[in-house]
Amino acid sequence: MTTATLPDTHADEGGPGWIRRNRMTLAPLMFLLPGILFFLVYVIVPIFQSFYISFFRWDGLGEPSYIGLANYQELASDPAFEVSLWNNLKWLILYLLAIPGGLFIALFLNQTVTGIRLYKSLFFFPFVISQVVVGLVFGWFYAPSFGLLSQVTEWMGLGTVNVLGDPRYATYGIIGAGLWPQVSYCMIIYLTGLNAVDPEQVEAARLDGAKGLRMLWHVILPQLRPATFLAFVVTIIGALRSFDLISIMTNGGPFGSTRILSFYMFEKALSEYGFRMGYGAAIAVVLFLIMLCFIAYFLWSMYREEKGAR
Amino acid sequence: MFHKPRLTAAALALSTALAGPLAAQDSDLSGTLTIFSDMSNPAPRAVMEDMAARFGEMHPDLEIDLTIIDREAYKTQIRNFLSANPPDVANWYAANRMRPYVDAGLFEDISDLWDDPEIAENLASTEGAMTLDGKQWGVPYTYYQWGIYYREDIYNEYGLSEPETWEELKANCQTLLDNDVKCFTIGTRYLWTAAGWFDYLNMRTHGYDFHMQLTNGEIPWTDDRVRETFANWRELIDMGAFVDNHQSYSWQEALPFMVNGEAAAYLMGNFAVAPMREAGLGDDQLDFYQFPAINPDVEMAEDAPTDTFHIPSGADNKEAAREFLRFVVSAENQTIINAGDALGQLPINASSSVDDDEMLQQGFEMLNENATGGLAQFFDRDAPAEMAAIAMEGFQEFMVFPDNLDPILQRLEQARQRIY
Repeated sequence: MTTATLPDTHADEGGPGWIRRNRMTLAPLMFLLPGILFFLVYVIVPIFQSFYISFFRWDGLGEPSYIGLANYQELASDPAFEVSLWNNLKWLILYLLAIPGGLFIALFLNQTVTGIRLYKSLFFFPFVISQVVVGLVFGWFYAPSFGLLSQVTEWMGLGTVNVLGDPRYATYGIIGAGLWPQVSYCMIIYLTGLNAVDPEQVEAARLDGAKGLRMLWHVILPQLRPATFLAFVVTIIGALRSFDLISIMTNGGPFGSTRILSFYMFEKALSEYGFRMGYGAAIAVVLFLIMLCFIAYFLWSMYREEKGAR
Repeated sequence: MFHKPRLTAAALALSTALAGPLAAQDSDLSGTLTIFSDMSNPAPRAVMEDMAARFGEMHPDLEIDLTIIDREAYKTQIRNFLSANPPDVANWYAANRMRPYVDAGLFEDISDLWDDPEIAENLASTEGAMTLDGKQWGVPYTYYQWGIYYREDIYNEYGLSEPETWEELKANCQTLLDNDVKCFTIGTRYLWTAAGWFDYLNMRTHGYDFHMQLTNGEIPWTDDRVRETFANWRELIDMGAFVDNHQSYSWQEALPFMVNGEAAAYLMGNFAVAPMREAGLGDDQLDFYQFPAINPDVEMAEDAPTDTFHIPSGADNKEAAREFLRFVVSAENQTIINAGDALGQLPINASSSVDDDEMLQQGFEMLNENATGGLAQFFDRDAPAEMAAIAMEGFQEFMVFPDNLDPILQRLEQARQRIY
């Protein structure tokens, strides 16, 4: 690299000379070292440890015994795992509704009216409060006896509904609660994106007679692509870490119908009745492989973007 | 878990006043005695601190280092500290709940203490629960009864009396339902409450021994006798005996139904009495009866979860630890710590006296005179943790969708074959 351009006058000297010659490479490495070290110790190594533990039967106390792929075979025939996997999929797909939702609100709020800042803050509010609070609030909202939802349906003559107690609706109920803060997060991303939209292009399009949806689709949205990508990334991440909402709102129930993989792993490996470390690790590996698809996609599109920018 | 919170109301001060008489006996113990305790709720904490203080007075040369850890956090931390940094004395629970630590060699075998007739005779009722592989691994300090707490005033209003048979219970229930009162409140959100019903129905239908064989994995869940238990359960479910949407409530959230008179009874542990009294139910409104007989040929057995002290095998000061366990189970100490102003539960030592609280007296009488079948610990302590988790989920599902019984039992049977 850059060393080649420097006059190579001290080639025959030992230690210090070598450092001096390579300092353009060494300096960034030294700065990166602490970060890399921590990343290795807390992220990379545990990933491989999980892979390793998943081949054992281990209660976290005694001697682990090697059982090969038996944990994975058990996973394949475990109905609870299947339910969790499907729920994960539901989360990933339905959570993406936050993106159009956020876009819609952002477009709606992107105007100059008195007090618009206040409205914007109010819409952003749910993202600021803790997920646990969101879970509690929606838990009460859905409560079958005194919840607002039941009061409304009863008033409409539909009888009470027990969203979180019914295995058919419970997962959707929690996703609904999760969407509330997620939509506002996407909204903020789009609001900042809309600030960067080039007014001249909008002007030009308007002269050409573009209006409404056509304007949005062909002029605004292409300019919002970085914002959309970011919203996509944070939404996927949000869907994968919905653990706290589930734990607060249903604790995985009724009868395990709202578990997702991360929750199931926690139950099997770390909860009060768990301590099947090997089995938990096997679930974690599956979850990791799912995440890996997204991570690979994100890295690839970022790489492509960087190449395109050059 | 949630089903052993000691909810005894207040009274922190009184217990320290009782410390005097035991002071300064043999003071040959020295060094430090480290105690890790999970008695973190206000009243139990005061009890534990007082116990440590009184023991310290008896042994002036002994330094006592007491650490109280949050009751829920304790359940995961014990795994770490037993192997990494063992104290001299630690709290835990009886029966199969000890199994992982006994198997891993982390609990000290204290059969020598149990050889002492003073302990063996006075604590005979719980010896079985403290025994694994023919040895004893700890000592109990308190337990409490389970049973049906009911609204005496509502029963009186409809002319009902405490049922002694299954038929009477169902007849009572029908009367209540005809008057728009649910027979039983329950909140199964955290699953274990449903296991209380299963314990009783199974023990009343087939007896203590069958129940123990089932929780020990010796009987398949698809056995016809297990189905009979569920069939009895289903009779109540089909009547609509339980409150609706119980899968959405915790056991505390199910209390208001009883307090408001929308449900007439609650199958629970004695710890439910305190919050019901706090919610305004007086002595003339609240009463207790033993779960009635279903199969008259079966001896009555009861759930009586026991909390315990153990010595980790890695303890430094085992001599002092053994002395502390002796102190804990002594009749005098058990009377003090289980009094109504302390834990408000039942002492295990047969020579200690019971608080004259109405419920505790009834529970004490029931456990000592009418529980000839045996004392179970509670489903999640009798069965291995993993089996308990899967089974309790099945119980909850059964209570909501009784038609799913076959797939549920299949699932439990599969789990049983893998776990045991």
